Amino acid sequence: MSTQEQQPEPETEPETEPETQESPADPEMSGLASPQQRRLQRKAANLAERERQAAEDESNLEEDTVHLKVFRFDPEVEDKQEPRFDDFHVPFERGMTVLDALIYARDEYDSSLTFRHSCRQAICGSDAFFVNGSQHLGCKTQISELEQPVRVEPLPHQEVVKDLVVDMEHFYEQMHAVEPYMQQEDLPEGELEEMRQSRENREKIKMSTRCIWCAACMSSCNIAAGDNQYLGPAAINKAYRFAMDEREDEEIKEHRLRIIEQEHGVWRCQTQFSCTEVCPKDIPLTEHIQELKREAVKKNLKFW
Amino acid sequence: MYEHDVIVVGAGGAGLRAAIAAHEAGADVAMVTKLHPVRSHTGAAEGGINAALREGDDWELHAYDTMKGSDYLGDAPAIETLAKDAPEDTITLEHWGMPFSREDDGTVSQRPFGGLSFPRTTYAGAETGHHLLHVLYEQVVKRGIQVYDEWFVMNLAVSDEPDPNDRTCHGVVAYDVQSGKIDGFKARNGVIIATGGPGQAFDHTTNAVSCTGDGQAIAYRAGVPLEDMEFVQFHPTTLPSTGVLISEGVRGEGGILYNEKGERFMFEHGYANNDGELASRDVVSRAELTEVNEGRGVEDEYVHLDMRHLGAERILDRLENILHLAEDFEGVDGLVEPMPVKPGQHYEMGGIETDENGKTCIDGLYAAGECACVSVHGANRLGGNALPELVVFGKRAGYHAAGKDLGEAEIETGYTSDVEEETDVDLPVTPGEAGLDPNPEAVATDGSGQALDAEDALERAVETERARTERLIEKDDGVKHADIRAKLQEAMTQNVNVFREEQGLKKALKAIRECRELYQDVYVQDPSRTFNTDLQMTYETRNLIDVAETITLGALVRNEFRGAHWRLENQERDDENWLKHTLISWNAGKPSIWYRPVILEGEDKTYEPKVRSY
Repeated sequence: MSTQEQQPEPETEPETEPETQESPADPEMSGLASPQQRRLQRKAANLAERERQAAEDESNLEEDTVHLKVFRFDPEVEDKQEPRFDDFHVPFERGMTVLDALIYARDEYDSSLTFRHSCRQAICGSDAFFVNGSQHLGCKTQISELEQPVRVEPLPHQEVVKDLVVDMEHFYEQMHAVEPYMQQEDLPEGELEEMRQSRENREKIKMSTRCIWCAACMSSCNIAAGDNQYLGPAAINKAYRFAMDEREDEEIKEHRLRIIEQEHGVWRCQTQFSCTEVCPKDIPLTEHIQELKREAVKKNLKFW
Repeated sequence: MYEHDVIVVGAGGAGLRAAIAAHEAGADVAMVTKLHPVRSHTGAAEGGINAALREGDDWELHAYDTMKGSDYLGDAPAIETLAKDAPEDTITLEHWGMPFSREDDGTVSQRPFGGLSFPRTTYAGAETGHHLLHVLYEQVVKRGIQVYDEWFVMNLAVSDEPDPNDRTCHGVVAYDVQSGKIDGFKARNGVIIATGGPGQAFDHTTNAVSCTGDGQAIAYRAGVPLEDMEFVQFHPTTLPSTGVLISEGVRGEGGILYNEKGERFMFEHGYANNDGELASRDVVSRAELTEVNEGRGVEDEYVHLDMRHLGAERILDRLENILHLAEDFEGVDGLVEPMPVKPGQHYEMGGIETDENGKTCIDGLYAAGECACVSVHGANRLGGNALPELVVFGKRAGYHAAGKDLGEAEIETGYTSDVEEETDVDLPVTPGEAGLDPNPEAVATDGSGQALDAEDALERAVETERARTERLIEKDDGVKHADIRAKLQEAMTQNVNVFREEQGLKKALKAIRECRELYQDVYVQDPSRTFNTDLQMTYETRNLIDVAETITLGALVRNEFRGAHWRLENQERDDENWLKHTLISWNAGKPSIWYRPVILEGEDKTYEPKVRSY
């Protein structure tokens, strides 16, 4: 397992340094409207604060252990039918993530500790958890940046199957509801002839194509919590990815807009930005929802 | 019991593409996967898809590069099929909406990659696999193909003739992870295995925790030979602390490798005087480790990959994902400092022996993707050749399983009595099943030699797995799978790595034997039937042991240096003796090793083995 792999490295640089320059230099962000910039600035500021904190904590952490409090529930095991928190004390290693700590706890202390995980590199989207009160990918969240004890719970607003595993069926249904596939039937003539797409248009949809279906956004959304039929940020973002792709004809775009402007579609969003805050891929979800609202209005005006 | 025409096991790139093809050919197809499709490890592929699309390039050049990259251990009919089908299959992905990076005229971009004579790697940023996986899944959704997600396939249901070539695969036995139910899936036409690689046999790997060689192990135990398993690719640029992959695209775009002294060692120490950093992966991995072993590594562990000179704009345009990976998993900002990298297990060139239609020697059993060995990659896979393999051979397997005529295959499969057998190997321990128990692992065989009909074969396979599961869960004490897996990974990483020598390989075989013995006492601590990952991982660990043993046996008998396989005792490629594939058959628990000559005769020409220099 990866946890056992980490060699003690004498020194490279403080591991908490990284993410600060996440975006200022990033041209893809500069084109975006200001709420996204403000959000990123806030993210950066929060991070800087956490880093100061972490730097203070780290010397203690080095020889110390990580205290995890992990949600436990199993519908068919007698002493787990009543949800509870188990404490695990895991030896801390530099660079340890929440996922690493969970794997250690499972492999060394309790083989029945259950959570989804696979790639360990924030691309499979399996391990979104509720960590210290907000949605995070376990593999992408450094223990050193968290206050202890680290509370790890399943994603809120989804039914718990067991321990940290939630039922994803509803999330998948919403993703499928927006007809998430290219519908362009009219393809260019000629052998090996691709559809053309401008660099600008590819750039336009780029962030939206990065979704890893982790469901952190859906779990963070108050509206989705109250309205089970609300499509939710991830599905609307998926619709955006196609609606904005110039390779699909205008009629298909209009068809897509009709899907997302239905009763439980884009108009439910109250722009609270919680989805955008928790997205591990930094997709400007709220922006995308807003833009689809504008597109829907434009379409409806056209038919007046 | 569930029933479909075609059952696809695994839902990464190859499985999804196979399911789409089988559906297009009119079959009732279902996918059975231990993950949800979008969680599959194809999503972690970064670099791109090699396809000869442009003026100045053609499939023959792609085939030539691939054959050379394979160190003349790829079979020409397989390589030529890949090179010919890749352009159309790549453009099909574009038509399905894949967000490829684009040129000014709106056509898809291509970039240079290691070992290629033309920049033919079609890419979507440095996250090509993610887009490929999602685009294929979108097409599966569009077609309404049935997906049984989070169903772990425990075994195949195969008839029990003594000769594997006479056997038929009737379906699979799977475990519904969410409910604990074990059930049979009958396949009227065929089962396609597309379960990916066995990277978890090693502890420093770019592979996901799910990459446990399940499909290879169940096919092997059912009687299909595993081919060329000793050829394991160690990717030269993985992050030291986690094994997270840094795409070859970084070097493709101009990234440079430096040792601790700041020397551009690929040139300055003569590892690849022409291609430098863009030499083939095996060449670069050995170069890095040589630098470290000779005292020129940074922190005595790794080297530096520097891309700062490319400039922020180009990096953000083409390699943005790399910045995130380096930041999140190594705490390094690739825009202001070089990234630490070292070789890590990345890809298994070998696998389930198939022909160019994905068919194995067992009737109704197919394999495609990393778990299969057609063989396209031979002794070393070129960067950018894994993704076209998924779509080309996934599609072919899907078509063939659904009954579409693809013409006679040129590649032979299955053991026959006229093959060359390995009779002269000095093994430190007996490989194969520990304490050969009365319940043979593999086939639903009762030893009577009578062919079971489909229902009987399935029923018996289901009963066997139910009983095994019961035993594992009921057992109150014993050894944990995690301890066995850790021991296995350590032995493999220590001894079956980039540099291999006889004594180390023998040590690994002994450790594998010990793992097998420990496994006889394995138990599942979690008593639950709900989402019992303890049980699932216990099955996976068994699969890893079987696959790791074939890797090590292959590495021990092949006393030459070819592609990714380096041997201390014979540091030369030995074409006189070793222009042949290594095959290992399980033989109901008593593995045997045999060989089949490489096919170097292509459609119009014969590939002459040349010295492979870059």
